[in-house]
Amino acid sequence: MKKVYASASAALDGLLHDGMSIAAGGFGLCGIPELLIAAIKDASTKDITIASNNCGVDDFGLGVLLATRQIKKMQSSYVGENAEFMRQFLSGELELEFNPQGTLAERMRAGGAGIPGFYTKTGVGTVIAEGKEHKDFNGETYILETGIVTDLAIVKAWKADTSGNLVFRKTARNFNVPAATCGRVCVAEVEEIVPVGTFDPDCIHLPGIYVHRIIQGHHEKRIEQRTVRSA
Amino acid sequence: MPWDRNQLAARAAKELQDGMYVNLGIGIPTLVANYIPEGMTVTLQSENGMLGIGPFPLAGEEDADLINAGKQTISELPHSAYFDSAQSFAMIRGGKIAMAILGAMEVSENGDLANWMIPGKLVKGMGGAMDLVAGVKRVVVVMDHANKHGESKVLHQCTLPLTGKACVHRIITNLGVLDVVPGGLKIVELADGVTEAELRAATEATLVN
Repeated sequence: MKKVYASASAALDGLLHDGMSIAAGGFGLCGIPELLIAAIKDASTKDITIASNNCGVDDFGLGVLLATRQIKKMQSSYVGENAEFMRQFLSGELELEFNPQGTLAERMRAGGAGIPGFYTKTGVGTVIAEGKEHKDFNGETYILETGIVTDLAIVKAWKADTSGNLVFRKTARNFNVPAATCGRVCVAEVEEIVPVGTFDPDCIHLPGIYVHRIIQGHHEKRIEQRTVRSA
Repeated sequence: MPWDRNQLAARAAKELQDGMYVNLGIGIPTLVANYIPEGMTVTLQSENGMLGIGPFPLAGEEDADLINAGKQTISELPHSAYFDSAQSFAMIRGGKIAMAILGAMEVSENGDLANWMIPGKLVKGMGGAMDLVAGVKRVVVVMDHANKHGESKVLHQCTLPLTGKACVHRIITNLGVLDVVPGGLKIVELADGVTEAELRAATEATLVN
């Protein structure tokens, strides 16, 4: 069984179809699977439902799939950095399901862990709670949220070994771990693929059982808000 | 003179206690980090997956893999730790974070908070705010007392979609500090040069003694 593929399009071969669901890692433009997103754009897959914390910016990240009208619905917590997103949403062309950020992360984690639903206090008394089951535990009210399982997960890690064990770097880990676990198939893009035995088994962030295909490539890693202090 | 942005942040920093794990929201709350008293250890949490936020990096040392929840480049500290988003919100939801200091569009006299959406106008999303106000032990709001039309943002009831119900403990505005108590809000402190009459006149919410 070989997990290493030559390119993003090769790694996605046979996994894409119109109307599919995808979980994508990343927070803002940090740790996004930019190569796999570009390959999905090239494949012209349509009517995609994407679970991702954000939707990129107009010309980078998931924003490129908005420009080509490939996204039918987003499940996100924050989409404020994207003018085309707002235009499509306000005109009714794009469906949007807002999820509190922690609820979205836990829905992915739960889905990947075989947990179909969980109760949380987050969103009680807000529009997020409308239509959801409410239940009291120890005198406090919680709402039922469901686990997310998607057809595909696309994630970005720093390094992979050839068995698919992943190591992330700094805050680029973010949604990549829960997103990877909730896909029926997970494709990971990394900056470097190393031989098995390179990583200390105690220091692997996501075991290869969750990762089915991997590619190595060059990443732009754009910075959204470059902020510095004076020396 | 009402407090300016930096004075607001400095006042909010007085809420911090040694050893606290704290989440700071975007905007003025982020500035609170500049006023942590010397010798006090406060660990700042960034909900995108970090404990121990360091200062903004020097020019040339920015790292695309190291940002805060406002997507700004930051740096790490010797005790920093990284983790994924599910773990990040597990510690928030699980009540491990002592305090969140957040901005707001509106706060009501029973502690309802609205800070994420203006219907039909602006669609950005709640980010992690709903999780934070539902999970952290103490919620402190830092904001201007009035909106840009001069209307009170401290209300009987919020008019905007809520971020959380009865979740705010303390409100720090450019005019002073208010606590949410049974029956309404209680004036804790006045900004320098602001009179109680001025604060009362600028506040729609019920003020109790």
